[in-house]
Amino acid sequence: MTARTAFAVIAFAAALIAPFVVHSDFWMGFLITTLLYAYMGMAWNVLGGYAGQVSFGHAIFFGTGAYTSTILHISFGLNPWLGMVAAAVAAGLVGALIGYLSFRYGLRGSYFALITLAFAEVFRILANSFEFTGGGVGLYVPLKIGWWNLQFPSKTGFYYLALALTCLSLAIGAWLENSRFGASLMAIRENESAAEALGVNAFACKLKAIILSGAMMGVGGTFYAQHYLYIDPTIAYGPGVSVEVLLVPIIGGLGTMLGPLLGSAVLHGAGELARRLMGDVPGLDLVFYGVLLIVMVRFLPEGVIGLLRRRHKPGAAHA
Amino acid sequence: MLEAKGLTKHFGGLVAVADVSFSVPEGKIVALIGPNGAGKTTLFAIIAGFTQPDAGRVMFLGQDITFMAPHRICALGLVRTYQIVQPFGALTVRENIAVGAHLRLKSRKAALAFAEEVARQVGMGDVLDRAAAVLTVAGRKRLELARALATRPKLLLLDEVMAGLNPTEVEEIVQVIRAIRDSGVTILLIEHVMQAVMSLADHAYVLNQGRIIAEGHPHAVAEMPHVIEAYLGHGAAARLRARAGGAA
Repeated sequence: MTARTAFAVIAFAAALIAPFVVHSDFWMGFLITTLLYAYMGMAWNVLGGYAGQVSFGHAIFFGTGAYTSTILHISFGLNPWLGMVAAAVAAGLVGALIGYLSFRYGLRGSYFALITLAFAEVFRILANSFEFTGGGVGLYVPLKIGWWNLQFPSKTGFYYLALALTCLSLAIGAWLENSRFGASLMAIRENESAAEALGVNAFACKLKAIILSGAMMGVGGTFYAQHYLYIDPTIAYGPGVSVEVLLVPIIGGLGTMLGPLLGSAVLHGAGELARRLMGDVPGLDLVFYGVLLIVMVRFLPEGVIGLLRRRHKPGAAHA
Repeated sequence: MLEAKGLTKHFGGLVAVADVSFSVPEGKIVALIGPNGAGKTTLFAIIAGFTQPDAGRVMFLGQDITFMAPHRICALGLVRTYQIVQPFGALTVRENIAVGAHLRLKSRKAALAFAEEVARQVGMGDVLDRAAAVLTVAGRKRLELARALATRPKLLLLDEVMAGLNPTEVEEIVQVIRAIRDSGVTILLIEHVMQAVMSLADHAYVLNQGRIIAEGHPHAVAEMPHVIEAYLGHGAAARLRARAGGAA
Protein backbone atom coordinates (compact mmCIF):
# COMPACT_ATOMS: atom_id res chain seq x y z
CA MET A 1 0.00 0.00 0.00
CA THR A 2 1.51 3.30 -1.02
CA ALA A 3 1.45 6.38 1.21
CA ARG A 4 -1.17 7.89 -1.05
CA THR A 5 -3.66 5.01 -0.83
CA ALA A 6 -3.07 4.81 2.93
CA PHE A 7 -3.89 8.49 3.21
CA ALA A 8 -7.00 8.08 1.09
CA VAL A 9 -8.25 5.15 3.20
CA ILE A 10 -7.68 7.08 6.44
CA ALA A 11 -9.40 10.18 5.09
CA PHE A 12 -12.37 8.13 3.93
CA ALA A 13 -12.64 6.33 7.27
CA ALA A 14 -12.49 9.68 9.08
CA ALA A 15 -15.24 11.01 6.82
CA LEU A 16 -17.39 7.95 7.60
CA ILE A 17 -17.15 8.31 11.38
CA ALA A 18 -17.35 12.13 11.42
CA PRO A 19 -21.07 12.25 12.35
CA PHE A 20 -20.39 10.17 15.46
CA VAL A 21 -17.70 12.57 16.59
CA VAL A 22 -19.17 15.91 15.50
CA HIS A 23 -22.37 16.57 17.46
CA SER A 24 -22.99 20.23 16.80
CA ASP A 25 -25.54 20.95 14.09
CA PHE A 26 -23.51 23.95 13.07
CA TRP A 27 -20.38 21.95 12.25
CA MET A 28 -22.39 19.20 10.58
CA GLY A 29 -23.93 21.92 8.42
CA PHE A 30 -20.45 23.19 7.68
CA LEU A 31 -19.29 19.73 6.58
CA ILE A 32 -22.38 19.20 4.43
CA THR A 33 -21.86 22.51 2.64
CA THR A 34 -18.18 21.77 2.12
CA LEU A 35 -18.94 18.35 0.61
CA LEU A 36 -21.81 19.64 -1.53
CA TYR A 37 -19.58 22.35 -2.98
CA ALA A 38 -16.75 19.85 -3.49
CA TYR A 39 -19.23 17.85 -5.58
CA MET A 40 -20.59 20.85 -7.48
CA GLY A 41 -17.07 22.23 -7.90
CA MET A 42 -16.23 18.99 -9.72
CA ALA A 43 -19.34 19.45 -11.85
CA TRP A 44 -17.96 22.84 -12.94
CA ASN A 45 -14.46 21.35 -13.22
CA VAL A 46 -15.59 18.80 -15.83
CA LEU A 47 -16.42 21.60 -18.24
CA GLY A 48 -14.28 24.48 -16.99
CA GLY A 49 -11.22 22.67 -15.67
CA TYR A 50 -10.78 19.64 -17.90
CA ALA A 51 -12.36 20.92 -21.11
CA GLY A 52 -11.31 24.54 -20.56
CA GLN A 53 -14.76 25.99 -21.26
CA VAL A 54 -15.15 28.51 -18.44
CA SER A 55 -18.74 29.13 -17.40
CA PHE A 56 -19.95 32.07 -15.32
CA GLY A 57 -23.50 30.79 -15.14
CA HIS A 58 -23.50 27.28 -13.68
CA ALA A 59 -26.36 28.32 -11.41
CA ILE A 60 -28.59 27.71 -14.41
CA PHE A 61 -28.12 23.95 -13.98
CA PHE A 62 -28.32 24.12 -10.19
CA GLY A 63 -31.52 26.14 -10.32
CA THR A 64 -33.08 24.00 -13.02
CA GLY A 65 -32.41 20.91 -10.91
CA ALA A 66 -33.82 22.49 -7.76
CA TYR A 67 -36.97 23.74 -9.49
CA THR A 68 -37.50 20.52 -11.46
CA SER A 69 -37.60 18.17 -8.46
CA THR A 70 -39.49 20.66 -6.28
CA ILE A 71 -42.19 21.47 -8.84
CA LEU A 72 -42.63 17.81 -9.76
CA HIS A 73 -42.93 17.00 -6.07
CA ILE A 74 -45.44 19.75 -5.25
CA SER A 75 -47.56 19.47 -8.40
CA PHE A 76 -47.42 15.75 -9.17
CA GLY A 77 -46.30 14.23 -5.91
CA LEU A 78 -43.19 12.78 -7.51
CA ASN A 79 -40.83 11.21 -5.00
CA PRO A 80 -37.78 13.51 -4.53
CA TRP A 81 -35.33 10.67 -5.18
CA LEU A 82 -36.90 10.24 -8.59
CA GLY A 83 -37.08 14.03 -8.71
CA MET A 84 -33.31 14.03 -8.35
CA VAL A 85 -33.04 11.86 -11.46
CA ALA A 86 -35.49 14.13 -13.27
CA ALA A 87 -33.39 17.11 -12.14
CA ALA A 88 -30.27 15.56 -13.66
CA VAL A 89 -32.11 14.95 -16.93
CA ALA A 90 -33.61 18.46 -17.05
CA ALA A 91 -30.32 20.19 -16.20
CA GLY A 92 -28.53 17.96 -18.72
CA LEU A 93 -31.02 19.04 -21.38
CA VAL A 94 -30.46 22.71 -20.56
CA GLY A 95 -26.74 21.97 -20.85
CA ALA A 96 -27.30 20.36 -24.24
CA LEU A 97 -29.26 23.41 -25.41
CA ILE A 98 -26.66 25.96 -24.28
CA GLY A 99 -23.82 23.77 -25.48
CA TYR A 100 -25.36 23.18 -28.87
CA LEU A 101 -26.00 26.89 -29.43
CA SER A 102 -22.62 28.13 -28.21
CA PHE A 103 -20.32 25.40 -29.52
CA ARG A 104 -22.09 25.13 -32.88
CA TYR A 105 -21.29 28.79 -33.50
CA GLY A 106 -17.78 28.50 -32.14
CA LEU A 107 -18.12 30.60 -28.98
CA ARG A 108 -14.98 30.29 -26.88
CA GLY A 109 -13.27 31.84 -23.89
CA SER A 110 -14.86 34.98 -22.54
CA TYR A 111 -17.66 34.86 -25.11
CA PHE A 112 -18.76 31.48 -23.84
CA ALA A 113 -18.46 32.70 -20.23
CA LEU A 114 -20.66 35.70 -20.99
CA ILE A 115 -23.31 33.64 -22.78
CA THR A 116 -23.62 31.31 -19.77
CA LEU A 117 -23.91 34.30 -17.46
CA ALA A 118 -26.63 35.75 -19.68
CA PHE A 119 -28.55 32.46 -19.83
CA ALA A 120 -28.53 32.15 -16.03
CA GLU A 121 -29.81 35.72 -15.68
CA VAL A 122 -32.59 35.08 -18.20
CA PHE A 123 -33.66 32.00 -16.24
CA ARG A 124 -33.59 34.00 -13.00
CA ILE A 125 -35.87 36.64 -14.48
CA LEU A 126 -38.18 33.99 -15.95
CA ALA A 127 -38.39 32.18 -12.60
CA ASN A 128 -39.31 35.52 -11.04
CA SER A 129 -42.16 36.08 -13.49
CA PHE A 130 -43.83 32.69 -13.87
CA GLU A 131 -46.48 31.40 -11.55
CA PHE A 132 -45.48 27.74 -11.50
CA THR A 133 -42.08 28.68 -10.07
CA GLY A 134 -43.74 30.63 -7.27
CA GLY A 135 -42.42 33.90 -8.71
CA GLY A 136 -40.34 36.06 -6.42
CA VAL A 137 -41.88 34.44 -3.34
CA GLY A 138 -40.21 31.14 -4.14
CA LEU A 139 -41.29 27.61 -3.33
CA TYR A 140 -41.46 25.77 -0.03
CA VAL A 141 -40.78 22.05 -0.13
CA PRO A 142 -43.52 20.41 1.98
CA LEU A 143 -42.08 18.99 5.18
CA LYS A 144 -42.48 15.20 5.17
CA ILE A 145 -39.55 13.79 7.05
CA GLY A 146 -38.37 10.34 6.05
CA TRP A 147 -35.38 9.02 4.17
CA TRP A 148 -37.62 7.71 1.34
CA ASN A 149 -38.75 11.28 0.94
CA LEU A 150 -35.19 12.63 0.79
CA GLN A 151 -35.71 14.53 4.02
CA PHE A 152 -33.58 13.10 6.77
CA PRO A 153 -34.51 13.50 10.44
CA SER A 154 -31.02 14.72 11.30
CA LYS A 155 -28.09 16.26 9.48
CA THR A 156 -26.38 12.85 9.46
CA GLY A 157 -28.46 11.62 6.53
CA PHE A 158 -27.67 14.66 4.42
CA TYR A 159 -24.06 14.33 5.43
CA TYR A 160 -23.81 10.78 4.10
CA LEU A 161 -25.62 11.73 0.91
CA ALA A 162 -23.21 14.63 0.37
CA LEU A 163 -20.31 12.29 1.10
CA ALA A 164 -21.62 9.81 -1.47
CA LEU A 165 -21.94 12.59 -4.06
CA THR A 166 -18.39 13.74 -3.32
CA CYS A 167 -17.10 10.19 -3.75
CA LEU A 168 -19.00 9.99 -7.03
CA SER A 169 -17.38 13.24 -8.16
CA LEU A 170 -13.92 11.90 -7.27
CA ALA A 171 -14.67 8.77 -9.29
CA ILE A 172 -15.67 10.96 -12.24
CA GLY A 173 -12.42 12.90 -11.86
CA ALA A 174 -10.39 9.67 -11.78
CA TRP A 175 -12.24 8.43 -14.86
CA LEU A 176 -11.51 11.66 -16.75
CA GLU A 177 -7.83 11.37 -15.95
CA ASN A 178 -7.63 7.82 -17.21
CA SER A 179 -9.88 7.70 -20.22
CA ARG A 180 -10.00 8.66 -23.85
CA PHE A 181 -12.83 11.11 -23.15
CA GLY A 182 -10.80 12.92 -20.50
CA ALA A 183 -7.74 13.03 -22.74
CA SER A 184 -9.85 14.53 -25.53
CA LEU A 185 -11.23 17.21 -23.21
CA MET A 186 -7.75 18.19 -22.05
CA ALA A 187 -6.49 18.30 -25.64
CA ILE A 188 -9.41 20.61 -26.53
CA ARG A 189 -8.56 22.83 -23.57
CA GLU A 190 -4.92 23.10 -24.61
CA ASN A 191 -5.50 23.60 -28.34
CA GLU A 192 -8.79 22.94 -30.02
CA SER A 193 -7.76 22.91 -33.68
CA ALA A 194 -4.72 20.76 -33.00
CA ALA A 195 -7.04 18.31 -31.21
CA GLU A 196 -9.35 18.23 -34.22
CA ALA A 197 -6.42 17.61 -36.53
CA LEU A 198 -5.69 14.51 -34.44
CA GLY A 199 -9.20 13.17 -34.90
CA VAL A 200 -10.91 14.57 -31.79
CA ASN A 201 -14.53 15.53 -32.44
CA ALA A 202 -14.33 18.73 -30.40
CA PHE A 203 -17.99 19.67 -30.78
CA ALA A 204 -19.28 16.30 -29.59
CA CYS A 205 -16.80 16.14 -26.69
CA LYS A 206 -17.64 19.64 -25.46
CA LEU A 207 -21.34 18.87 -25.75
CA LYS A 208 -20.95 15.68 -23.69
CA ALA A 209 -18.93 17.61 -21.11
CA ILE A 210 -21.55 20.33 -20.66
CA ILE A 211 -24.33 17.73 -20.40
CA LEU A 212 -22.43 15.77 -17.74
CA SER A 213 -21.52 18.97 -15.92
CA GLY A 214 -25.10 20.24 -16.04
CA ALA A 215 -26.61 16.95 -14.89
CA MET A 216 -24.25 16.87 -11.91
CA MET A 217 -25.20 20.43 -10.96
CA GLY A 218 -28.89 19.51 -11.28
CA VAL A 219 -28.49 16.78 -8.67
CA GLY A 220 -26.80 19.37 -6.45
CA GLY A 221 -29.83 21.63 -6.90
CA THR A 222 -32.23 18.93 -5.70
CA PHE A 223 -29.98 18.22 -2.73
CA TYR A 224 -30.04 21.90 -1.79
CA ALA A 225 -33.83 22.20 -2.12
CA GLN A 226 -34.45 19.07 -0.01
CA HIS A 227 -31.96 20.19 2.61
CA TYR A 228 -33.12 23.77 3.08
CA LEU A 229 -36.74 23.11 1.98
CA TYR A 230 -36.93 26.44 0.21
CA ILE A 231 -35.80 27.95 -3.10
CA ASP A 232 -36.36 31.27 -4.79
CA PRO A 233 -35.07 32.70 -8.10
CA THR A 234 -32.05 34.40 -6.52
CA ILE A 235 -30.91 31.32 -4.63
CA ALA A 236 -31.52 29.08 -7.63
CA TYR A 237 -30.30 31.18 -10.55
CA GLY A 238 -28.46 34.09 -8.92
CA PRO A 239 -24.73 34.62 -9.34
CA GLY A 240 -23.95 33.29 -5.84
CA VAL A 241 -23.85 29.63 -6.80
CA SER A 242 -22.22 30.36 -10.18
CA VAL A 243 -19.34 32.17 -8.51
CA GLU A 244 -18.88 29.69 -5.70
CA VAL A 245 -18.71 26.59 -7.92
CA LEU A 246 -16.07 28.20 -10.09
CA LEU A 247 -14.04 29.48 -7.12
CA VAL A 248 -13.86 26.01 -5.60
CA PRO A 249 -11.88 24.31 -8.42
CA ILE A 250 -9.86 27.44 -9.18
CA ILE A 251 -8.69 27.60 -5.57
CA GLY A 252 -8.15 23.86 -5.32
CA GLY A 253 -6.59 23.24 -8.72
CA LEU A 254 -8.23 23.45 -12.15
CA GLY A 255 -8.60 20.24 -14.08
CA THR A 256 -7.51 18.00 -11.23
CA MET A 257 -9.32 15.21 -9.42
CA LEU A 258 -8.73 16.49 -5.88
CA GLY A 259 -8.85 20.21 -6.69
CA PRO A 260 -12.57 20.78 -5.98
CA LEU A 261 -12.44 18.92 -2.64
CA LEU A 262 -9.37 20.84 -1.48
CA GLY A 263 -10.77 24.10 -2.82
CA SER A 264 -14.08 23.65 -1.06
CA ALA A 265 -12.35 22.84 2.24
CA VAL A 266 -10.08 25.88 1.97
CA LEU A 267 -12.82 28.24 0.77
CA HIS A 268 -15.38 27.29 3.39
CA GLY A 269 -12.85 26.78 6.15
CA ALA A 270 -11.29 30.18 5.57
CA GLY A 271 -14.71 31.78 5.04
CA GLU A 272 -15.93 30.44 8.38
CA LEU A 273 -12.77 31.62 10.08
CA ALA A 274 -13.19 35.11 8.63
CA ARG A 275 -16.78 35.22 9.86
CA ARG A 276 -15.70 34.18 13.35
CA LEU A 277 -12.96 36.77 13.49
CA MET A 278 -14.83 39.68 12.00
CA GLY A 279 -18.40 39.03 13.01
CA ASP A 280 -21.39 38.34 10.84
CA VAL A 281 -21.33 41.41 8.62
CA PRO A 282 -23.51 40.76 5.56
CA GLY A 283 -21.48 40.53 2.37
CA LEU A 284 -18.19 40.23 4.18
CA ASP A 285 -17.76 36.66 2.97
CA LEU A 286 -18.06 37.90 -0.63
CA VAL A 287 -15.35 40.50 -0.07
CA PHE A 288 -13.28 37.74 1.41
CA TYR A 289 -13.88 35.47 -1.61
CA GLY A 290 -12.76 38.27 -3.91
CA VAL A 291 -9.55 38.85 -2.02
CA LEU A 292 -8.87 35.13 -1.85
CA LEU A 293 -9.40 34.76 -5.60
CA ILE A 294 -6.99 37.61 -6.40
CA VAL A 295 -4.34 36.17 -4.10
CA MET A 296 -4.76 32.69 -5.57
CA VAL A 297 -4.60 33.78 -9.19
CA ARG A 298 -1.61 36.01 -8.51
CA PHE A 299 0.48 33.67 -6.39
CA LEU A 300 -0.91 30.17 -6.87
CA PRO A 301 -2.37 29.88 -10.36
CA GLU A 302 -2.25 26.08 -10.08
CA GLY A 303 -4.30 26.14 -6.90
CA VAL A 304 -3.72 24.45 -3.57
CA ILE A 305 -2.87 21.22 -5.37
CA GLY A 306 -0.09 23.03 -7.25
CA LEU A 307 1.36 24.06 -3.90
CA LEU A 308 1.24 20.49 -2.60
CA ARG A 309 2.86 19.13 -5.77
CA ARG A 310 5.60 21.73 -5.63
CA ARG A 311 6.43 20.78 -2.07
CA HIS A 312 6.41 17.13 -3.07
CA LYS A 313 8.76 17.47 -6.03
CA PRO A 314 10.91 20.58 -5.54
CA GLY A 315 12.57 20.18 -8.95
CA ALA A 316 9.30 19.85 -10.83
CA ALA A 317 8.04 23.36 -10.15
CA HIS A 318 8.95 24.58 -13.60
CA ALA A 319 8.56 21.32 -15.50
CA MET B 1 -4.14 8.18 -53.14
CA LEU B 2 -4.84 11.89 -52.82
CA GLU B 3 -6.22 13.85 -55.72
CA ALA B 4 -7.02 17.56 -55.76
CA LYS B 5 -8.94 18.98 -58.70
CA GLY B 6 -9.38 22.64 -59.50
CA LEU B 7 -9.08 23.91 -55.91
CA THR B 8 -9.76 27.63 -55.56
CA LYS B 9 -9.92 29.77 -52.45
CA HIS B 10 -10.42 33.52 -52.12
CA PHE B 11 -9.96 35.56 -48.99
CA GLY B 12 -11.87 38.70 -49.81
CA GLY B 13 -10.21 40.07 -52.94
CA LEU B 14 -7.09 37.98 -52.47
CA VAL B 15 -6.82 34.75 -54.42
CA ALA B 16 -4.94 32.40 -52.11
CA VAL B 17 -5.31 29.27 -54.23
CA ALA B 18 -6.34 29.34 -57.89
CA ASP B 19 -7.43 26.27 -59.81
CA VAL B 20 -4.86 23.95 -58.26
CA SER B 21 -4.82 20.30 -59.28
CA PHE B 22 -2.29 17.73 -58.21
CA SER B 23 -2.05 14.15 -57.05
CA VAL B 24 -0.07 12.18 -54.51
CA PRO B 25 0.55 8.53 -55.44
CA GLU B 26 0.64 5.90 -52.72
CA GLY B 27 4.00 5.15 -51.11
CA LYS B 28 5.71 8.30 -52.40
CA ILE B 29 7.01 11.49 -50.86
CA VAL B 30 5.65 14.49 -52.73
CA ALA B 31 6.85 18.02 -51.99
CA LEU B 32 4.97 21.26 -52.32
CA ILE B 33 7.38 24.15 -52.65
CA GLY B 34 7.10 27.81 -53.46
CA PRO B 35 7.89 31.25 -52.07
CA ASN B 36 6.23 32.65 -48.95
CA GLY B 37 2.58 33.48 -49.44
CA ALA B 38 2.19 31.12 -52.39
CA GLY B 39 -0.81 29.43 -50.80
CA LYS B 40 0.81 26.20 -49.59
CA THR B 41 -0.54 26.27 -46.05
CA THR B 42 -4.01 27.28 -47.29
CA LEU B 43 -3.92 24.25 -49.56
CA PHE B 44 -3.09 22.04 -46.57
CA ALA B 45 -5.93 23.56 -44.57
CA ILE B 46 -8.34 22.78 -47.41
CA ILE B 47 -7.16 19.19 -47.78
CA ALA B 48 -7.39 18.50 -44.02
CA GLY B 49 -10.88 20.02 -43.79
CA PHE B 50 -10.09 23.17 -41.81
CA THR B 51 -10.94 25.51 -44.68
CA GLN B 52 -13.65 25.10 -47.28
CA PRO B 53 -12.63 25.78 -50.87
CA ASP B 54 -14.72 28.06 -53.11
CA ALA B 55 -14.38 25.57 -55.92
CA GLY B 56 -12.78 22.21 -56.59
CA ARG B 57 -12.70 18.75 -55.06
CA VAL B 58 -10.41 16.73 -52.85
CA MET B 59 -10.50 12.95 -53.26
CA PHE B 60 -8.80 10.66 -50.76
CA LEU B 61 -8.72 6.90 -51.38
CA GLY B 62 -11.48 7.35 -53.92
CA GLN B 63 -13.72 9.21 -51.47
CA ASP B 64 -14.76 12.84 -51.72
CA ILE B 65 -13.53 14.58 -48.54
CA THR B 66 -13.97 18.18 -49.68
CA PHE B 67 -16.46 19.33 -47.05
CA MET B 68 -15.78 16.69 -44.41
CA ALA B 69 -15.00 17.73 -40.81
CA PRO B 70 -11.30 17.55 -39.83
CA HIS B 71 -11.79 14.78 -37.26
CA ARG B 72 -13.53 12.57 -39.81
CA ILE B 73 -10.81 13.13 -42.39
CA CYS B 74 -8.30 12.20 -39.73
CA ALA B 75 -10.22 9.00 -38.99
CA LEU B 76 -9.96 8.07 -42.67
CA GLY B 77 -6.18 8.18 -42.36
CA LEU B 78 -5.18 11.68 -43.46
CA VAL B 79 -3.48 13.79 -40.83
CA ARG B 80 -1.73 17.15 -40.92
CA THR B 81 0.91 18.87 -38.79
CA TYR B 82 1.14 22.60 -38.24
CA GLN B 83 3.86 24.91 -39.46
CA ILE B 84 3.49 26.90 -36.26
CA VAL B 85 3.72 24.11 -33.71
CA GLN B 86 0.64 23.59 -31.57
CA PRO B 87 1.65 21.46 -28.57
CA PHE B 88 -0.78 20.73 -25.72
CA GLY B 89 1.49 22.72 -23.41
CA ALA B 90 0.30 21.52 -20.02
CA LEU B 91 0.41 17.86 -20.99
CA THR B 92 3.53 15.71 -21.06
CA VAL B 93 5.07 14.48 -24.30
CA ARG B 94 3.59 11.04 -23.66
CA GLU B 95 0.11 12.47 -23.05
CA ASN B 96 0.41 14.68 -26.15
CA ILE B 97 1.16 11.72 -28.38
CA ALA B 98 -1.54 9.62 -26.68
CA VAL B 99 -4.19 12.08 -27.90
CA GLY B 100 -3.30 10.99 -31.42
CA ALA B 101 -3.06 7.34 -30.40
CA HIS B 102 -6.58 7.46 -28.94
CA LEU B 103 -7.99 7.82 -32.45
CA ARG B 104 -7.50 4.09 -32.96
CA LEU B 105 -7.15 2.92 -29.35
CA LYS B 106 -9.89 3.36 -26.77
CA SER B 107 -7.96 2.05 -23.78
CA ARG B 108 -5.85 4.65 -21.98
CA LYS B 109 -3.18 2.09 -21.19
CA ALA B 110 -2.84 0.96 -24.80
CA ALA B 111 -2.76 4.57 -26.03
CA LEU B 112 -0.01 5.52 -23.57
CA ALA B 113 2.02 2.43 -24.50
CA PHE B 114 1.66 3.15 -28.21
CA ALA B 115 2.60 6.80 -27.57
CA GLU B 116 5.84 5.61 -26.03
CA GLU B 117 6.56 3.44 -29.06
CA VAL B 118 5.97 6.33 -31.47
CA ALA B 119 8.09 8.65 -29.33
CA ARG B 120 11.04 6.29 -29.65
CA GLN B 121 10.49 6.11 -33.39
CA VAL B 122 11.01 9.89 -33.73
CA GLY B 123 13.78 10.03 -31.14
CA MET B 124 11.82 11.45 -28.19
CA GLY B 125 12.19 8.41 -25.95
CA ASP B 126 14.10 10.31 -23.28
CA VAL B 127 11.73 13.27 -22.88
CA LEU B 128 8.47 11.31 -22.46
CA ASP B 129 7.55 12.82 -19.10
CA ARG B 130 8.63 16.36 -19.91
CA ALA B 131 5.84 18.95 -20.29
CA ALA B 132 5.42 19.88 -23.95
CA ALA B 133 5.67 23.59 -23.07
CA VAL B 134 9.35 23.29 -22.13
CA LEU B 135 10.53 21.54 -25.31
CA THR B 136 12.96 23.22 -27.71
CA VAL B 137 11.84 24.18 -31.22
CA ALA B 138 13.33 20.99 -32.62
CA GLY B 139 11.58 19.01 -29.89
CA ARG B 140 8.22 20.60 -30.67
CA LYS B 141 8.60 19.85 -34.36
CA ARG B 142 9.26 16.23 -33.51
CA LEU B 143 6.27 16.21 -31.20
CA GLU B 144 4.02 17.45 -34.03
CA LEU B 145 5.31 14.63 -36.15
CA ALA B 146 4.90 12.04 -33.38
CA ARG B 147 1.31 13.05 -32.55
CA ALA B 148 0.34 12.86 -36.20
CA LEU B 149 2.07 9.52 -36.57
CA ALA B 150 0.26 8.12 -33.54
CA THR B 151 -3.04 8.36 -35.42
CA ARG B 152 -1.60 5.67 -37.75
CA PRO B 153 -2.19 7.70 -40.90
CA LYS B 154 -2.08 6.46 -44.46
CA LEU B 155 -1.19 9.94 -45.69
CA LEU B 156 0.82 12.41 -43.64
CA LEU B 157 0.78 16.15 -44.43
CA LEU B 158 3.90 17.81 -43.05
CA ASP B 159 3.94 21.61 -42.96
CA GLU B 160 7.53 22.87 -42.69
CA VAL B 161 8.70 20.42 -40.07
CA MET B 162 12.28 21.51 -40.71
CA ALA B 163 11.92 25.28 -40.48
CA GLY B 164 14.09 26.71 -37.73
CA LEU B 165 16.20 23.58 -37.32
CA ASN B 166 19.97 23.51 -37.65
CA PRO B 167 21.61 21.32 -40.34
CA THR B 168 22.26 18.42 -37.95
CA GLU B 169 18.64 18.43 -36.78
CA VAL B 170 17.46 18.60 -40.40
CA GLU B 171 19.57 15.56 -41.24
CA GLU B 172 18.07 13.66 -38.29
CA ILE B 173 14.50 14.47 -39.19
CA VAL B 174 15.11 13.63 -42.86
CA GLN B 175 16.03 10.14 -41.75
CA VAL B 176 12.97 9.91 -39.52
CA ILE B 177 10.72 10.93 -42.43
CA ARG B 178 12.37 8.43 -44.76
CA ALA B 179 11.79 5.70 -42.19
CA ILE B 180 8.13 6.71 -41.95
CA ARG B 181 7.78 6.44 -45.73
CA ASP B 182 9.49 3.05 -45.68
CA SER B 183 6.97 1.87 -43.10
CA GLY B 184 4.26 2.41 -45.71
CA VAL B 185 2.99 5.94 -45.03
CA THR B 186 2.59 8.27 -47.99
CA ILE B 187 3.84 11.80 -47.37
CA LEU B 188 2.99 15.22 -48.74
CA LEU B 189 5.28 17.93 -47.41
CA ILE B 190 5.63 21.68 -47.58
CA GLU B 191 9.25 22.60 -47.21
CA HIS B 192 11.63 25.50 -47.70
CA VAL B 193 14.75 23.58 -46.82
CA MET B 194 15.75 22.58 -50.35
CA GLN B 195 18.48 20.22 -49.18
CA ALA B 196 15.71 18.14 -47.57
CA VAL B 197 13.36 18.36 -50.54
CA MET B 198 16.12 17.23 -52.91
CA SER B 199 17.04 14.23 -50.83
CA LEU B 200 13.51 13.17 -49.83
CA ALA B 201 10.95 13.95 -52.49
CA ASP B 202 10.09 11.74 -55.43
CA HIS B 203 8.07 14.48 -57.06
CA ALA B 204 7.65 18.22 -56.48
CA TYR B 205 5.00 20.78 -57.29
CA VAL B 206 5.90 24.47 -57.33
CA LEU B 207 3.23 26.87 -56.18
CA ASN B 208 3.45 30.61 -56.83
CA GLN B 209 0.72 33.18 -56.17
CA GLY B 210 -1.81 30.42 -55.72
CA ARG B 211 -1.03 28.59 -58.95
CA ILE B 212 1.04 25.55 -59.78
CA ILE B 213 3.77 26.79 -62.10
CA ALA B 214 5.88 23.67 -62.41
CA GLU B 215 6.07 20.03 -61.47
CA GLY B 216 8.48 17.19 -61.86
CA HIS B 217 11.47 15.63 -60.18
CA PRO B 218 12.88 18.09 -57.57
CA HIS B 219 16.23 18.42 -59.37
CA ALA B 220 14.54 19.16 -62.67
CA VAL B 221 12.12 21.62 -61.11
CA ALA B 222 14.89 23.56 -59.38
CA GLU B 223 16.58 24.16 -62.74
CA MET B 224 13.52 25.59 -64.48
CA PRO B 225 13.98 29.30 -65.24
CA HIS B 226 10.44 30.34 -64.28
CA VAL B 227 10.78 28.56 -60.92
CA ILE B 228 14.00 30.42 -60.17
CA GLU B 229 12.28 33.66 -61.14
CA ALA B 230 9.36 32.94 -58.82
CA TYR B 231 11.82 32.82 -55.95
CA LEU B 232 14.37 35.43 -56.95
CA GLY B 233 12.45 37.90 -59.12
CA HIS B 234 12.08 38.69 -62.80
CA GLY B 235 15.21 38.20 -64.86
CA ALA B 236 17.03 36.33 -62.11
CA ALA B 237 17.39 33.15 -64.14
CA ALA B 238 19.01 35.00 -67.03
CA ARG B 239 21.40 36.86 -64.72
CA LEU B 240 22.40 33.62 -62.99
CA ARG B 241 23.06 31.98 -66.35
CA ALA B 242 25.05 34.99 -67.50
CA ARG B 243 27.15 34.93 -64.34
CA ALA B 244 27.74 31.19 -64.65
CA GLY B 245 28.75 31.73 -68.31
CA GLY B 246 31.13 34.54 -67.36
CA ALA B 247 32.85 32.42 -64.75
CA ALA B 248 33.39 29.49 -67.11
